[in-house]
Amino acid sequence: MKTIKKIAVIGAGVMGASIAAQAANAGADVVLLDVVDGAASEAIQKMLKTKPAPFMHKDFAKRITPGSSAKDLKLLKECDWVIEAIIENPKIKQQLYRDVAKHMKATAVLSSNTSTLPVKILTEGMDNKLKSHFLITHFFNPPRYMRLLEIVFGSTTKKTAVRAVMDFADRRMGKSLIMCHDTPGFIANRIGTFWLHAAITEAFKMGIGVEHADAVLSRPLGIPKTGVFGLIDLVGLDLMPHILDSFKSTLPKRDAFHKLGPAPDLLAKMIKDGYTGRKGKGGFYRLDAQRNKEVIDLKTGTYSPARRPKLKRKKNLRELFEDPDLGSRYAWSVMSKTLAYAADLAPHIADDIESVDRALRLGYNWTWGPFELIDKMGTAWFRHRLMEGGGTSPHLLQVAPDKPFYQIGLGKLHHLSFDGEYVALKRPDGVLLLQDIKRKGPPLFENRSAKVWDLGDNVACLEFRSKMNSLNPFILALMNRAIKELPERNFKGLVIHNEGINFSVGANIVMFLVTAKLRLWSVMNWILKHGQETFGNLKSAPFPVVGAPSGLALGGGCEVLLHCDRITAHAETYAGLVEAGVGIVPGWGGCKELLRRWTLNKALPNGPIPPISKAFEAIAMAQVSTSAFEAKDLAYLSPDDVIIMNKDRVLSAAKAAVLEMAKDYSPPKPIDLYLPGPTGAAALNLAIRNFSNQGVATPHDVTIAKRLAHVLSGGDTDVLDPLSENDILRLEREAILKLAKTPQTRARVAHMLKTGKPLRN
Amino acid sequence: MKSIVIAGYVRSPFTFAFKGGLAHTRPDEIAAQVVKGLIDHTGVNPKDIEDLIMGCAFPEGEQGFNIARLVGFLADLPQSMGGVTVNRFCGSSMQAIHMAAGAMQMGAGEAYICAGVESMSRVPLTGFNPLPHPDLAKRMAGAYMGMGETAENVAQKYKISREEQDLFAFTSHIKSAKAQKSRHLNDEIIPLKTSAGLVAQDGCIRADTTLEALAGLKPAFKKNGTVTAATSSPLTDGAAAVLVTTEDYARANKLTPLARIKSFAVSGCDPEIMGIGPVNATQKALKRAGLKVADLDIIELNEAFASQSIASIRDLKLDIKKINLDGGAIALGHPLGATGARITGKAAQILHRNGGKWALATQCIGGGQGIATVLEGIE
Repeated sequence: MKTIKKIAVIGAGVMGASIAAQAANAGADVVLLDVVDGAASEAIQKMLKTKPAPFMHKDFAKRITPGSSAKDLKLLKECDWVIEAIIENPKIKQQLYRDVAKHMKATAVLSSNTSTLPVKILTEGMDNKLKSHFLITHFFNPPRYMRLLEIVFGSTTKKTAVRAVMDFADRRMGKSLIMCHDTPGFIANRIGTFWLHAAITEAFKMGIGVEHADAVLSRPLGIPKTGVFGLIDLVGLDLMPHILDSFKSTLPKRDAFHKLGPAPDLLAKMIKDGYTGRKGKGGFYRLDAQRNKEVIDLKTGTYSPARRPKLKRKKNLRELFEDPDLGSRYAWSVMSKTLAYAADLAPHIADDIESVDRALRLGYNWTWGPFELIDKMGTAWFRHRLMEGGGTSPHLLQVAPDKPFYQIGLGKLHHLSFDGEYVALKRPDGVLLLQDIKRKGPPLFENRSAKVWDLGDNVACLEFRSKMNSLNPFILALMNRAIKELPERNFKGLVIHNEGINFSVGANIVMFLVTAKLRLWSVMNWILKHGQETFGNLKSAPFPVVGAPSGLALGGGCEVLLHCDRITAHAETYAGLVEAGVGIVPGWGGCKELLRRWTLNKALPNGPIPPISKAFEAIAMAQVSTSAFEAKDLAYLSPDDVIIMNKDRVLSAAKAAVLEMAKDYSPPKPIDLYLPGPTGAAALNLAIRNFSNQGVATPHDVTIAKRLAHVLSGGDTDVLDPLSENDILRLEREAILKLAKTPQTRARVAHMLKTGKPLRN
Repeated sequence: MKSIVIAGYVRSPFTFAFKGGLAHTRPDEIAAQVVKGLIDHTGVNPKDIEDLIMGCAFPEGEQGFNIARLVGFLADLPQSMGGVTVNRFCGSSMQAIHMAAGAMQMGAGEAYICAGVESMSRVPLTGFNPLPHPDLAKRMAGAYMGMGETAENVAQKYKISREEQDLFAFTSHIKSAKAQKSRHLNDEIIPLKTSAGLVAQDGCIRADTTLEALAGLKPAFKKNGTVTAATSSPLTDGAAAVLVTTEDYARANKLTPLARIKSFAVSGCDPEIMGIGPVNATQKALKRAGLKVADLDIIELNEAFASQSIASIRDLKLDIKKINLDGGAIALGHPLGATGARITGKAAQILHRNGGKWALATQCIGGGQGIATVLEGIE
């Protein structure tokens, strides 16, 4: 298959530029062109300051060559894939395609990032050769973080062209691909816009308040807490009329969308007055001069202080929709319309219902897609409710009147096809999901906070299952059990992985606070030692251990990874030793491992200070990587560790790494460290003094940093005397016990537990 | 007493550390090109040179080993010439001049190259491996105190306001920019060959700075402090060199003596306010020359920080109109090891250019010292 190495993006607006950034993140050489001279380089500079960052590493910006689409089209001649991301105007797009075609090489693929225009319009008048290399690749904003990529191609598009783009978008750009039929708005926005518009029109009709509407159309349904009005504020109110107009003109006459009616007048007034959302003066919500949140009254258009209503907890969706109160009636009205719309449309817009569900999950961050939501209520129940209200039941609900849309058979997830048959869900090659493993049968062993699964081929997987995957004694216990029992069961190695949003937010600090309050110092010492020994066991286990993180890997969660033989990290891994935030230093071998890594790093200048100052910087400042690439800079990942762009491919890569390493595995041997002792601490103290003077470090930051300096410089050692890794572990424990005795550290822990945020005392 | 003269002065362009034009050039390479430039510029016969004395504040890494000897090799100077590296932090290359003058008084040779270099890009301030004596560090914070903190201490002790400091820095840029424009800096700058091409201009001067821009900056070293990045000399890469000979040698070999070295001095002070180092050192040097402050026509006072410059000017009652006529370190930059040679060479150059009888070059030194040189004009 043709591989893609060089990519061009034309149009350096927010979408175009950040698609270019994601292509650069993927390792491609990128050309970014804009019709306005200089706009492309400006966009790159702006993205370097944007948060959340479009680039995974600031150096990746250098992979993009900026230029002008008027003068620099010749730069396209080496590109394998040209992505058009310009204004949504068919005429202008078609003209650009004609210009671009002259400079593209014969094998290159051209795709449009249109969000509304179908292939048949975009390719009107296009010559057949280019047509066979043309498709739509619809990215979602922001392209680095939104995993959805909708793909639409015409009947004449060559399969090789589609495959090359799909392969790059999946493996290198990390996208989850959905094949869409050539219909307006494709899948996610077709249903998502309907949902937004229904929510707005119904809110006006039913007289429900903005906050009430958002409260009910969010968490109770597994939808992000922005709800509807909050989401429109985020994407921009001014975008809505364009999208609605586009649908109004392109959707078939009998489409249910038209029945929702026009947008309320208030919207136009708000846009006219500059209330275009968060990017403007505010939207349905705004901040007053004191930065207090205010909310608009949909009837009067005036703002008053926001007070998010507390909703009664409902056991399940049926209970929610059966409640006679306003919120529930509103939720039913919006969701029943939306889900019925999705069921009606699915066969016309998608290959299967799974594509529709995944589109809403990945494109709108819903926890469950429309058909998964219907399954939660039961198809029969949902159909009856629709009929009771005088509505009609979509054809799809009649295909299988009482059958769920999804069911498990022979250990595999099946979904209902449009013909009423159950079809096993097929994952792309190289995609291995723990959720699929779990459907096959029970774990090898488990306790209340962790499970060990059989991934096949004699590779096991340790899954954390505690709240936010925080590490507790149960997890440590299962880790030790796995280390002992896996060889007895002929397992070749272990992967540490879970499918949570975050790999692990760190050690559970409740026990730490309790032991500190009760002054149970020997218990605390035991907890620390037990964790150190467990992670030590992990490292010296007779089989390879591969960490496979995604999301946050903080504190103890980062320390687990530091003790793995290798890491196959999702590119979106945010690792950091953040213990200082709760008033301590890393105590489960984090200091030791970071020292070891920097000591062995040949790129540093010689001498005892550079390694310890590198480790000090990362820990004292609680530096958290904003990507796995940055984690390499910080030595949380080693140079040999592998970064995987697509989250769905992380586990499979980890398993492969285990099998590869198992061929001739021997555990790493501990090393001796030669640390400078008190003179090293004195050097670090100079930096601490400066931070304190500058007001960057608070008084307790100073206390913690000095303790950390003591640990990292090897305590009272002399530079000529070797220290063992165990000596460093002892220093870690001593430092934590000393810090735990300060009221300031206890206040930090208590504050973190209460608010989830660090206390700067 | 023999008469000892400054018989030539050159330097590299001074450019910002890390982002400037010399950041990617090794300090020994910068120094070698400058020393070679001095030989070409003065026409001195290299065979006559007794020793190359090279000042450097952090003589390690690429400016380590004995950089003076290595620069001799790099500049293709005769192997018979010696090479010694000297460290008195910021006063290093002025110290080099003092050592040469002292040696010649002892009859040890007729000609010396006194140079200085610092790449603050490639060797970090405090060096790669600072290892303070832990007990001394505890007992005496000043011994290892950061320079920014000492500048704040001086500002506080001498009640020097933020506005005064901003104005001082602004004036430094105006004077430097003017000197650059009037080509007063051209004669002394040796264009440096680098892998990215020729670097021929100073890079730190901000001709377009405004008092408003300076007023907008945050304190750099202390919360609620008064010293900013703009009222501190920037981290700089560069080298400077002067030719120091006996006056007899200069005349016999048709060199151009710029000024005579009349006297010099070093003096220690409280390291926590190291910035007032010039005060005692200047008083000692003037006394040795039998002069008063009022006798001075030209003054080169190193602008490590605006606060310490203002404090020294105030304490010594220096005439502001005579100071740093071609700009100072806040605008030009301060490659630590090179600055002493630059300001001594510059004082001699201005004496020669403008006429006048007496000049002073003086600077403060981290760790609490001052150094000063008094020069006499040659009619």
